[in-house]
Amino acid sequence: MSNEPTKIDAKGYWSATVRLTISLLVIWFAVSYGAGVLLRDVLDNVSIGGAPLGFWFAQQGSIYVFVALIFYYCFAMNKIERKYGVKG
Amino acid sequence: MDWTIFFVVASFGTYIGIALWARAGSTNDFYVAGHDVHPMINGMATAADWMSAASFLSMAGLIASLGYGGSVYLMGWTGGYVLLALLLAPFLREFGKFTVPDFVGDRYYSTAARVIAVICALFVSFTYIAGQMSGVGIAFSRFLGVDFNTGILVGMGIVFIYAVLGGMKGVTYTQVAQYCVLIFAYTVPAIFISMMITGNPVPQLGFISNVRGEDVSMLENLNQVVTELGFIEYTSTNKSWIDVFAITGALMFGTAGLPHVIIRFFTVSSASAARVSAGWALVFIALLYTVAPAVGAFARYNIIDTVNETTYIETDDYATAAEGITSNGGTPVPEWFKNWERTGLVGFEDMNGDGLMQIRGPNAPDGLANEVTINNDISVLASPEIAQLPEWVIGLMVAGGLAAALSTAAGLLMVISSAISHDLCRRTLFKGMSDKTELRIARVAAAGAVAAAGLMGMNTAKLAFVAQVVAFAFGLAAASLFPIIFLGIFWKRMNKEGAIASMAFGLISTFSYIYYFKFVDTDPSHWFLGVSPEGIGFVFMFFSAIIGIVVSLVTAPPPQDIQDLVEDIRVPGTRTRHGSVDDDMGPMDDHTPTPAE
Repeated sequence: MSNEPTKIDAKGYWSATVRLTISLLVIWFAVSYGAGVLLRDVLDNVSIGGAPLGFWFAQQGSIYVFVALIFYYCFAMNKIERKYGVKG
Repeated sequence: MDWTIFFVVASFGTYIGIALWARAGSTNDFYVAGHDVHPMINGMATAADWMSAASFLSMAGLIASLGYGGSVYLMGWTGGYVLLALLLAPFLREFGKFTVPDFVGDRYYSTAARVIAVICALFVSFTYIAGQMSGVGIAFSRFLGVDFNTGILVGMGIVFIYAVLGGMKGVTYTQVAQYCVLIFAYTVPAIFISMMITGNPVPQLGFISNVRGEDVSMLENLNQVVTELGFIEYTSTNKSWIDVFAITGALMFGTAGLPHVIIRFFTVSSASAARVSAGWALVFIALLYTVAPAVGAFARYNIIDTVNETTYIETDDYATAAEGITSNGGTPVPEWFKNWERTGLVGFEDMNGDGLMQIRGPNAPDGLANEVTINNDISVLASPEIAQLPEWVIGLMVAGGLAAALSTAAGLLMVISSAISHDLCRRTLFKGMSDKTELRIARVAAAGAVAAAGLMGMNTAKLAFVAQVVAFAFGLAAASLFPIIFLGIFWKRMNKEGAIASMAFGLISTFSYIYYFKFVDTDPSHWFLGVSPEGIGFVFMFFSAIIGIVVSLVTAPPPQDIQDLVEDIRVPGTRTRHGSVDDDMGPMDDHTPTPAE
């Protein structure tokens, strides 16, 4: 194979990846453990439709956010890959 | 009955047809389906692989009886996919080999680490697969009038054909078909029940809607009904928050560490495909997992509504007896209850001799005893009849339950056979083995694993502990496999000594704790930090990671070669060969230049 790989900034790529991962895990923690377990009693004072909000996060909301998190991660990783010259 | 036979035979025929079409020609096909499965297709296969007979049949009923407490399963078994997508799957795919012990053995340049990982993988997979096979046996004996053991033999035969012939390739495409069967069977009755109770055809919305024609929400109404009968509110729990926290954690990290889930992401073409594929997997899983809490709440509501305080019917002639009761101004027990009573999944004992069926919780205000027993699986199994759907829908449910059990069993078989043929034979015992020989051994190992799983399934009644083993599988995966895979990617300094210490601690501590508190001392007040055996894997996971880090720091750093390998798998497209670790590897993926070129 003759084509020399384009300039890859592996260090920059990795630190951007780690930063993104940490911020997404904060959201992951907030919607499940945060809203669904630790802050449930507070959130339950509010309703979404006919369900207490904390209960809803534990049984429905967290799952929707999980799905969104993974697809956002794919989107953001593609951008990071382009920026640092990485071919995914 | 005829419809059930029709759906079961038709679905099994489809699986065999797919197996004959997708035969494996090489170890690459057999272990990872040639690395070229489309990310969405793999997502669908992963969803079927992941959702077992327990997810399909038991989870909604479990949530129905636990209320808010059931949330641990919903969050735990979906949140793990976020960890998998962000922390493990893309990097393990970039590593580019076949199995989880492959990664552990190579990253930690150690045969001992590889063998311990094989033991973890085998232990987790065998405990899990026995439950699937007995699920198949139960489905056959209950619905097709076939003997329990014969049912398991039929199930073994089907899995044998597509797992042994097709390997991962056959398993992947049959899992896609099985996903379609199971999701259709699950959602159709749910839609009708949601319409019946709330008037909203989308179960996820019905869950938060008002009761049809009334000005009170379904959940609020349910809370009121269950507290009046002496249960705790549906939207609350009597578990401590620390235990809820720990169980959710053990299920999440355990999910991410389960070998049969991880290896599904080896079948796609690249690290970025692995990320997208994890997203699709969770979409397909969420389709069932967001419907399940609705099915559970509707079932709880419906069962109390239609059964409580009705008049029991002794005789087999339901129609005449029911007519008699109605003409006297009473309400007869619903017919579905009488139908399922024969299977032993529901039962009635008239404690106070009044002929009426009382459902009561532990703190019933009127002081009456509970007279009705309801198995958790009823919430799903009886849902077509409760919704008054035609008889063929029940046949569909049976085919769906079998699809869920068989697809999970097949995924586990792939882990077992590759752990034996690849990790033990090719990479540990007989290093120079040819691809052809390895493929033959992989087939023999898969066949042996089918037989072993079947035998375990047939003996589940005797192996009392099998019912309790879900805690083992997730706890062990969380405490022994997750930390070393995660640290192996995110911390270059992690070395062989640290990995072995970490895995050994996770395996031994979690196993001992669960065994001790499940079988020796079952008193919850003795639990460590108040954490149940189901949640302990989460706590020990942290200890096991800390032990791995400390031991690594006081011993020599890993060789330069290994540190370079870690840098490579972090950055897609930069993976090159690293000495003896990659000696036996086939050609690299085409985007990766090898040093020789």
